[in-house]
Amino acid sequence: MKTVYQRSKGLMDAPTHYCPGCTHGVIHKLVAETLEELGIIGTTVGVAPVGCSVFSYNYFACDMQEAAHGRAPAVATGIKRVHPDLAVFTYQGDGDLAAIGTAEIVHAAMRGEKITTIFVNNAIYGMTGGQMAPTTLVGQKATTAPFGRDKERQGSPLRMCEMLATIDGCVYAERVAAVDVPGILKAKRAIKKAFQLQLEGAGFTFVEVLSTCPTNWGLTPRDAIAWLKENMVPYFPLGVYKQ
Amino acid sequence: MKELWKGNEAVAEAAMRAGCRYFFGYPITPQNEIPEYLAKHMPARGGVFVQAESEIAAINMIYGASGAGARVMTSSSSPGISLKQEGITYLACAELPAVIVNMMRGGPGLGNIAPSQADYYQATRGGGNGDYRTIVLAPASIQEAADFTQEAFDLADVYRMPVIVLADGTIGQMMEAIEWRTPPRRELPAKEWATNGHRGERPHNIINSLFLDVADCEEQNCRLQERYELIAERETRYEEYMAEDAEVLFVAYGTSARLARAAVLKLRAQGVKAGLFRPITLWPFPEVALHARAAMPSMKAVIAAEMSTGQMIDDVKLAVNGIRPVYLVGRSGGAMPMPMELVELALEVLA
Repeated sequence: MKTVYQRSKGLMDAPTHYCPGCTHGVIHKLVAETLEELGIIGTTVGVAPVGCSVFSYNYFACDMQEAAHGRAPAVATGIKRVHPDLAVFTYQGDGDLAAIGTAEIVHAAMRGEKITTIFVNNAIYGMTGGQMAPTTLVGQKATTAPFGRDKERQGSPLRMCEMLATIDGCVYAERVAAVDVPGILKAKRAIKKAFQLQLEGAGFTFVEVLSTCPTNWGLTPRDAIAWLKENMVPYFPLGVYKQ
Repeated sequence: MKELWKGNEAVAEAAMRAGCRYFFGYPITPQNEIPEYLAKHMPARGGVFVQAESEIAAINMIYGASGAGARVMTSSSSPGISLKQEGITYLACAELPAVIVNMMRGGPGLGNIAPSQADYYQATRGGGNGDYRTIVLAPASIQEAADFTQEAFDLADVYRMPVIVLADGTIGQMMEAIEWRTPPRRELPAKEWATNGHRGERPHNIINSLFLDVADCEEQNCRLQERYELIAERETRYEEYMAEDAEVLFVAYGTSARLARAAVLKLRAQGVKAGLFRPITLWPFPEVALHARAAMPSMKAVIAAEMSTGQMIDDVKLAVNGIRPVYLVGRSGGAMPMPMELVELALEVLA
């Protein structure tokens, strides 16, 4: 029988804990396929964040480290400085990267650390139960913004791709949305390109992936995708910000 | 041949002599000569120096580099060490070796830049969240700062845990003649757990401090606890000075021990049998040896001398366990217990 599709060798044979309709699984797959296609599963170290993807260390087939909340870019710096020959990536959510870990991501970019960061932005804290994130949209409800995010009191969402693109050490920054087939294909190309640039020693590379959180948004998976396209994409425009 | 070395620079040089090639730090007085020395000398020895954006980032770089299998060190002073506690508790749980130097300064808060010993509780009780300990070495001279820093790396590797070199601004800033010597090297276990790329030749390694299942988390705590008990048995260190026939015993470590030693000599010159008990490992604290010394029939009183309002004295009291009265000379905010203060208190309690 001819095999037409199989699990990437970059992923362990382990069931994930993600909610139905969450796009973490798709993004994991894209990273894993990239590692496999570049032949670097055995020469990569990944850094898992604190948040929904905390257990990604059980899912990726490369060596993994689990970092403290927000510190993945610092942990990755330590790994990469010891092993410049290895590929090193961080996989982080919006609370992890854009709130508690803002200093770490900005300075890893500033130093031009030769690492790749996969930033999964779903505009909410997922694992802790739907609190407001720095990327929560104005008007969007969260358990700590029960009346919707108020621009006057809580400010406007952070655009990390745009911010990091201003830093010289960041050589590549692209925002994609992994919610439909064209988007997933684009996300794959972006992730692969980021890893390739890292292997060439170009500098810090960053891919922001807009992602859904049906559970904490209170939407069905299908409605969540529509909500992302209607609300997140206008505020977080897709595209290449640094190349 | 003896050479004149400043404490901070001796610590930095000792780290490189012990094979440390990765240092991650952040500036703070009075320990700046450590990162400055390493920034200058590390590249020529094939090493890496990174000035991090914060103490928090630095200790997490240590986590990553140690998890990748390297010998690593960071250094700071009191407020900076507070920031590093997040990373230290993760290192402890993930069983990662690392050397952390604290050149203590006056506190609490921003305090001042004068020498202090007020981080004793923080260093000896773990310091961060959860049930854990770190080995704490307390040098009382530049020679010991150089020796202990080298030994700290082997201790960290053997027991897979963070080791703290706890000194103060005096040790960091003072110059003394020292001899470079290599401490006896221990047999080091292979770092089979390191995340250095499995190359398809072994299962993937995971460096982690998350144990979501209650039974797993308790098991991990028990594993650590067993190791701590082994360390207490094997690695407890102290030094005594004129303690064999003492009727009053000073207990002091680091800079305070030097002052207490002066007090011992002054009292002996007056015919008073004074002695000094100096803990070298603050954790594990040499409680058995101290109890035995305090229990001598000649002993009348024990005096803890420290550059804090009284922290080590708790361990002294636990060790003495009520069999002798325990008194305190505690100075804080950068002040030191002066030998005359110790002499006066000793004469008073013996009267």
